[in-house]
Amino acid sequence: MSVDLVSKTPEGPIADKWESYKEDAKLVNPNNKRKFKVLVIGTGLAGASAAATLAELGYQVDAFTFHDSPRRAHSIAAQGGINAAKNYHYDGDSVHRLFYDTVKGGDFRSRESNVHRLAEVSVNIIDQMVAQGVPFAREYGGMLDNRSFGGAQVSRTFYARGQTGQQLLLGAYQQLARQIGLGNVRLFNRVELIDTVVIDGKCAGIVTRDLINGEIQSHAGHATVLCTGGYGNAFFLSTNAMNCNVTAAWRAHQRGAYFANPCYTQIHPTCIPQSDDTQSKLTLMSESLRNDGRVWVPKTPGDERPAAQIPEPERDYYLERMYPSYGNLAPRDIASRAAKRAVDSGRGVGPLKNGVNLDFADSIGRLGRDVVEERYGNLFEMYERITGENPYQTPMRIYPASHYTMGGLWVDYELMTTIPGLYCAGEANFSDHGANRLGASALMQGLADGYFVLPATIGNYLAPMLNKPTPGLDHPEFKAAEAAARARFQGYLDIKGTRSPDHFHRELGKIIWDYCGMERTEQGLEKALSELPALYDEFKKDLRVTGSGASTNQTLEKAGRVDDFFQLGMLMCRDALERRESCGGHFRVEYQDEEGEAKRDDEHFAHVAAWEWTGDPMNAIRNVEELDFEAVHLATRSYK
Amino acid sequence: MTHLTNLTLKIWRQSGPDDGGHFESYKVDEISDEASFLEMLDVLNERLINEGQEAVVFDHDCREGICGTCSLMIDGVAHGPQRGTATCQLHMRKFTSNVEIVVEPWRATGFPIIKDLMTDRAALDRIVEAGGYITAPTGGAPDANLIPVAKPVADAAMDAAECIGCGACVAACPNGAANLFTGAKITHLNLLPQGQAERFSRAEAMVEKMEEYFGSCTNHGECEAACPKSISIDVIALMNADYLKSKIKNRKSLSRT
Repeated sequence: MSVDLVSKTPEGPIADKWESYKEDAKLVNPNNKRKFKVLVIGTGLAGASAAATLAELGYQVDAFTFHDSPRRAHSIAAQGGINAAKNYHYDGDSVHRLFYDTVKGGDFRSRESNVHRLAEVSVNIIDQMVAQGVPFAREYGGMLDNRSFGGAQVSRTFYARGQTGQQLLLGAYQQLARQIGLGNVRLFNRVELIDTVVIDGKCAGIVTRDLINGEIQSHAGHATVLCTGGYGNAFFLSTNAMNCNVTAAWRAHQRGAYFANPCYTQIHPTCIPQSDDTQSKLTLMSESLRNDGRVWVPKTPGDERPAAQIPEPERDYYLERMYPSYGNLAPRDIASRAAKRAVDSGRGVGPLKNGVNLDFADSIGRLGRDVVEERYGNLFEMYERITGENPYQTPMRIYPASHYTMGGLWVDYELMTTIPGLYCAGEANFSDHGANRLGASALMQGLADGYFVLPATIGNYLAPMLNKPTPGLDHPEFKAAEAAARARFQGYLDIKGTRSPDHFHRELGKIIWDYCGMERTEQGLEKALSELPALYDEFKKDLRVTGSGASTNQTLEKAGRVDDFFQLGMLMCRDALERRESCGGHFRVEYQDEEGEAKRDDEHFAHVAAWEWTGDPMNAIRNVEELDFEAVHLATRSYK
Repeated sequence: MTHLTNLTLKIWRQSGPDDGGHFESYKVDEISDEASFLEMLDVLNERLINEGQEAVVFDHDCREGICGTCSLMIDGVAHGPQRGTATCQLHMRKFTSNVEIVVEPWRATGFPIIKDLMTDRAALDRIVEAGGYITAPTGGAPDANLIPVAKPVADAAMDAAECIGCGACVAACPNGAANLFTGAKITHLNLLPQGQAERFSRAEAMVEKMEEYFGSCTNHGECEAACPKSISIDVIALMNADYLKSKIKNRKSLSRT
């Protein structure tokens, strides 16, 4: 049963769409809001801001997190900053320019209307977060400071040292905590979403599993919002936190929510290279470092001299050479591929020759060590803790790693998925970043969705439901979903094979990284699509989960998540195979120009691919939402 | 890269809140010095699963030292031997071969043990819910630059706001007090101009909530030493000052009614 992909974008000029939407949207009277229950899953930037704001408006809100505290969501790890079109520095910024940069940065594969709205509310986010007490960096006069970030020629990035995500999340968390303290939000911690329940074509609620005692429980709500983050951990090694997973979005997909553009994954150029085989995750070094660090490799392959002994003429500052106008601040996808080519050409640095230099010697000489320390001190410390090397003395070594996923559940202009009543916000949806996300835009999107978009759109769905009966927890669909959830976990325990979930996750990640990572080919993707189902079969036959389902069991939790990553991995490869063009983070080797830059095919692929579940990811159906560009002209993305 | 060999891990195992718990020793061989402490536990857990045993439960998530999920008393020290470093950022190059390492959960009455090395730190959330916020509902905020904040003030607020809420301060304190955690949040908000309207009610509410769950501070200073963000105990002084002032102010306002 296919659903028409109607984006519900309002009519009118791009700059008026959001205002006109809000003017026309149905409202729920303040006294009636308390009659509606909204379930918010996830408490990162999108989830915490949505739950807090919806509760302030008067809705009954139940918030769910698998962490011990809402403050631990992975938004907290974002380092560099948050974009906003404040133009506080009078350097030519505007809402339109942020909008244009974001559409261009996404390689013209995002929905124009959503991106414009994002740029519009970006200014409100900064106001809101300052009011919450977020200690953004200040200039001596007390005004807010900015820095510049990749893919932009203005300084529009607000930051709080190297911990912007932490400070923003704590701001949103505190606002949520106030609502919890007031009794307006009920918090369920250490609880994981296992299923969404659809009754009469609408989302009626969810089924959760308590991670402490294994209890399976249903929750009914008039609307449900998934703010459950991205799926970068499909690659096993990524900069995502260990527990980040696709389960909530995937189970919704299995119940009818279309999954859009799964092949759009972002490989971040500045991460610490892998050091050994037992490595569990990779660590990001903020892109802001590229403001003052210069990226280079030796000109000669196999040059093993320490960086300091390689004279200037024998160094290749390849980003400055290839992209003179953006230089070291070229967008992420471009900088990542350039690093991969440098390493593949045998010019990698470090003990495993798997990195490139990010060198601060020039900046330290120009600005002094104190200024560099003020800007990046905590990042330098973190680097030294992990590698044992001092970046004030030797260049950092960096290499690209899976970091963010632009794909996610398909949503319309109101952030509603193809299941009525089920919304999706933040990284978990697909909407704003097209095929590549610019730096400092993830925090912006999470907070835009949670603070300003959802609270304005959800009433439009709820208003007509006033005083109408909704399915209760005794409905057979809830009971059936609970039984299926119990059977699923018992199933993992009953396999009693020989390999741990992590073993399978590592193998799965390797296939996806090799064939659906920074560069993809038809041949490679077909190979992946033959290997993945075989490995998945092995998983289903040879998995070993020790312990029981009745008390905390992290091995069992992991099994469920790896199961979903397998299915998602197949869909990622299928999506990458079907998209016969290169755009943003999706680079198909067959589609590049003479200089090795991505070659889009606007005639055939200026659309969103939204996949429909059929019971088997290998047979998912590809639906299409055409992208109309009215306000920007499709152009070849150039950063030269 | 070199390898550490012949490590003995003495790990606290406890099947649930009602179990008495006990230490178990595990031998670990061949660990890269580039590995993190938690990656060593990953290696152990993978082996335990292969041997059909239940893996050791421990809290962890970002492994970048920022989410505050990880914990662990390592050889009796919260977050282990490296100053200003959370367990997840501790690397094996800080250890040598042929040693015994004792691994325990946070030790504090305010943090009941859930299983093995995992504890319940929800009481910290209750303190924030009592007043650790600025009341500013979405939508009504003035332009951000209308509220200038002097750079030294913003920097001092940020120093306090760096707290990751891990609970090491409580675990390190002989009294199981949460004053560094609570003081850090109060200092962050009470220094900022935006936080002034609720300054004294915040201090009062948060301190009193804290005392429901945690012990009292007697100025040992263990908390600052254990803090992975090296937050200064000055924040406790500021909290105490504001708490005292709040009591006097409240007497005044009570006398008016």
